[in-house]
This record gives sequence, structure tokens and C-alpha cells, in this order.
Amino acid sequence: MSARVNWTGYKTIVHKEVTRILRIWAQTVVPPAITMTLYFVIFGNLIGRRIGDMGGFDYMQFIVPGLIMMSVITSSYGNMVSSFFGAKFGRHIEELLISPLPNWVILAGYVTGALARGMMVGLVVMIISLFFTRVEIQHPLIMVSVLLMTSIVFAMAGMVNAIFANKFDDIAIVPTFILTPLTYLGGVFYSISLLPEFWQKVSVFNPILYMVNGFRYGILGVSDVDITYAYAIMGVFGILLASTCLYLLHRGIGLRS
Amino acid sequence: MYALEVSNLKKTYANGVEALKGVSLNVEEGDFFALLGPNGAGKSTLIGIISSLVNTSSGDVSVFGTSVQQQRSKAMSHIGLVPQELNFNQFERPLEIIVNQAGYYGISRKVATVRAEKYLRQLQLWEKHDKPSRLLSGGMKRRLMIARAMVNEPRLLILDEPTAGVDIEIRRSMWEFIREINDNGTTVILTTHYLEEAEELCRNIAIIDHGEIVQNTDMKSLLATLDIETFVLDIRDPVTALPEVEDVEFKMRDETTIEASLPKRTSLNVLFSALDSAGMQVLSMRNKANRLEELFLRLVEKGTMT
Repeated sequence: MSARVNWTGYKTIVHKEVTRILRIWAQTVVPPAITMTLYFVIFGNLIGRRIGDMGGFDYMQFIVPGLIMMSVITSSYGNMVSSFFGAKFGRHIEELLISPLPNWVILAGYVTGALARGMMVGLVVMIISLFFTRVEIQHPLIMVSVLLMTSIVFAMAGMVNAIFANKFDDIAIVPTFILTPLTYLGGVFYSISLLPEFWQKVSVFNPILYMVNGFRYGILGVSDVDITYAYAIMGVFGILLASTCLYLLHRGIGLRS
Repeated sequence: MYALEVSNLKKTYANGVEALKGVSLNVEEGDFFALLGPNGAGKSTLIGIISSLVNTSSGDVSVFGTSVQQQRSKAMSHIGLVPQELNFNQFERPLEIIVNQAGYYGISRKVATVRAEKYLRQLQLWEKHDKPSRLLSGGMKRRLMIARAMVNEPRLLILDEPTAGVDIEIRRSMWEFIREINDNGTTVILTTHYLEEAEELCRNIAIIDHGEIVQNTDMKSLLATLDIETFVLDIRDPVTALPEVEDVEFKMRDETTIEASLPKRTSLNVLFSALDSAGMQVLSMRNKANRLEELFLRLVEKGTMT
């Protein structure tokens, strides 16, 4: 197919996804804003004042990057899994499956949609954080690149979940039992240097730890892990998940009989 | 070049159901082709494979010379599909649905919007273009799927029971629309349970049963094999007993209406003599309209379709 067809198809999927996000803004943008406001008030303000400094910053400043990253991860994953599974469940995914668009365009379109929601939510949470504290961004390029890569990785993970899901319960299992625990244990609220040695060693197997710390390094200039590892892990996960998504779409698993 | 070439197509689902057992058929470019068969015969599986929604077990499908298996994207650019089940996002609006579908075929929003308006108007849906599609009636939803399938102006339009559950007035207007599309050069493949519809519209026909093609011919030849005609007769007084005549089969519809089936070679005078002798006065008489249905049922009843 010509590049023009692919480009128009890609733009159409993105347009459709962004329209959907904005149409149901009360479900897509408002809930993370409320949740994160509560985190800032309760953990950052009320409890944080008693905690004192962490990593050389006051506790409120320390948790800002983690909370932004947490909302971006949840939103990117959630957007992909709900939109793609919704399309599969309602059978309107067939509109795309019978079209001439190649699978990589379908993947790119949906990932961009999820990225758009992740960035919207991330921006909203960042703005909310300004009501509680001020941070000076140390490495803007690292901050943006880590945010984009994380969002893309979790969007693709969401697609794998949606492809295998057969009912709505199936799209809640991964976020509830895997994503949320890994995010909470990924250094959003604490530096792993506070953990006993054993749990520090366990924590290094959590990929979200690298993403949160990479982003924190971009904003605050401090990290519990080597930033190079953060990029390497995101790169490896990105390639693995992109290959998996394309393979599943090519074989039509969960989509074509 | 054929619009559609299906060769020795087989499909066995993961649960072991053998839906297609080596189907082969060709559809000429510009044809209006009926694909008929009872429920579960394999029609939707065949359409699913042509439109790439179902994977093949073996065999080939080509659309205008392009293999669906080898060059899926190119083959799909020729096809428009109206599926049996509703498959659009019911939270979106008709115009949005059609314009988005056009985008998947590389058509710009500007061109797509013009085309969407054209087809929505032709299908009498324009006044609903901005209403949530879940609020449309069943017939409107089916017409929306036809408009959506036409937006890429396909060379091959596949309609899988497009008029199911649609009232006769709307059904006839849909026939006109589809006939016009065919007159303009689009090849049309139609599956339907309204055999009157197939007889009215289609030039060629394939009948599929238990995953095999059991008839594949032109409509005229098929109907010519029907050597029995059925007439519907309105009788003045209530009928208490049906006459017995050699070669004529009578059936009661209601107390003053009967059906008489007789071979074409039998004179109608024989029928009228028998009715006269039985004291029945015929007020009116008409040919039973749906000859194809009759043939279809006879084929099934005789066990021809195994």
C-alpha cells in the first residue's frame, strides 16, 4: 500500500482515539487528576511534612516525578486496553481488519492514541503539582524521552492484554495484580536506598523502578539506578512488545477466526 | 479477469468444525451474484475468508486477480463489506463512522465527508448523520453499514443478509440502491434468506450446504429446472375438503384460500374442471411469487443437498 494510504489511515486512527478520549474526558482525564491531587495532599503534604527530606529534596518534590509517571503508565495502558478490547468486543475492530491498512499502522495508530492520553494526563498531574510545590527541571530531554518511551511500552503491553482478553474481567486482572503492585514498589514514594538490602536486590528486577527513576533523574537530577539501564530496559521491552503485538496481529490471534 | 476466484477453499475451526470442504467458484466482473444456503452452511465463513476476517485452512481466494492470502492489503482495497452482525461503534455518529472508515482506505476527510453525505442521502439517513448511531432503528443501522461499505467505492461489494429484519418498503428501496450500484459497474455478492430478493436481483447463483457448493449456475437456468408451478386460488365459500386430481397437489392456506401445485405440462383446464366438480368457485388466481424459494425447498426436501 502507498505511503499516502498508510499516513491517512494512521491519522484516522489517532483522530478517532483522541476524539474518544476527549468525548469521555470525565472517565479519562478527571479520575487521575483527582487521585493524584489526593496523593499530593495526603502523602506529599500531610504525611510528607513528617518524613522530611528524601534524596536531597523535600518529600513533596521527591514524589512529583513518581506520581506523574504512575499516572502516565496507568493511563497509557488503560487507554489501549479499554479502547482496543472495546473495539474487539463491539466488533468494530473489523472496520480496521478488513481495511488495506498493514498491521504496523494499526499498532502505531493505537499506540499514538494511548500516548496522547498518557501525555494529557501527565500534563494535568504536572500542573496540579505546581499547586503544591515547585521543581526545577534538570534534564528536559531525558524527562521527555523517558516519559514517551514508558508510555509507548505500556501502551503496547495494553494491546497484548486486550488481544488475549475475552471478557471485561480479563482487562482488569493485569492492572490490578501486576501493574499496580509493580508501580507502588517501583520507587514512586520512596528511594530504594531506604529498603533492607534483600529488598533492594529484589527491586532491581522491577522494570518500573528504572522508568520512575529515569524520569526522576530528568526532573530532579537524582536516581537510584544508572540512567543507561533505564533506557536499555525500555528499549528491550519496547522491541519485545512491538514484535509480540505485530506477531499477534499478523496471526490474527484473538481477532480473526 | 474474475472479480472473485475461490479455489478449493477449506476451513476447519479450532473446535474441529469443518465449515468449508473444498469450495471453488468464480464470480464475473460486474455480476450480481447470489450465495445462498441454509443456516450453518458456510456462507459467512466464506465471506469471512474473502474479507480476511477468517483465516483459511487451505485453498486460495483472489479478488480481481490479487490473492487475499499473499497480498492482503491490495486485495482488501477492492472490497466493501456489509456484514451480517452490526459492527460499528454505537457511541459514534453515522457521519463519523463513515468518514473514519474512508480514512482506513487512504481517503482524506474532505473527500470522505462529501462521499458520506452522498451515500447517507441516497440511503435516506442524512437527517440522522449527527445522531448517536445506537439510537437508529434496526433498518437504519443496516443502511448505515451499506453506506459505510460504499465509501471506498469498492469494485466488489459483499452483502451478508443486508435486509434481515428490514420492512418491505425499506427493503425495496435498498434493492434499488444496490441495483444502481451494480448497474454502475460494481460487482455484488449477496447472501440472503429472502429468496425472492435473490431471484429479483441476481443473475448468477451458488447454493452452498454443509460446506460444499451444490449448485452454481445462472438464475434463469436454475429456475428453468423448476417444472412445477404453484398457484394461489381464492375460493368463494369456505373449503371443507380438497379435491383429488392426478399430478395436482393441493394445500390449504386458510378456509377460503388454497394452493395448487402442478407440472408445467398439465393443462390448467384439468385443475379448473376438478375445482368445478368439487363445487368450488374461484374468485381469483395468482402465481406464487417466489419460485426460487420453492426450488430451494424442493432441493432440501428431496435430499439433493447432502
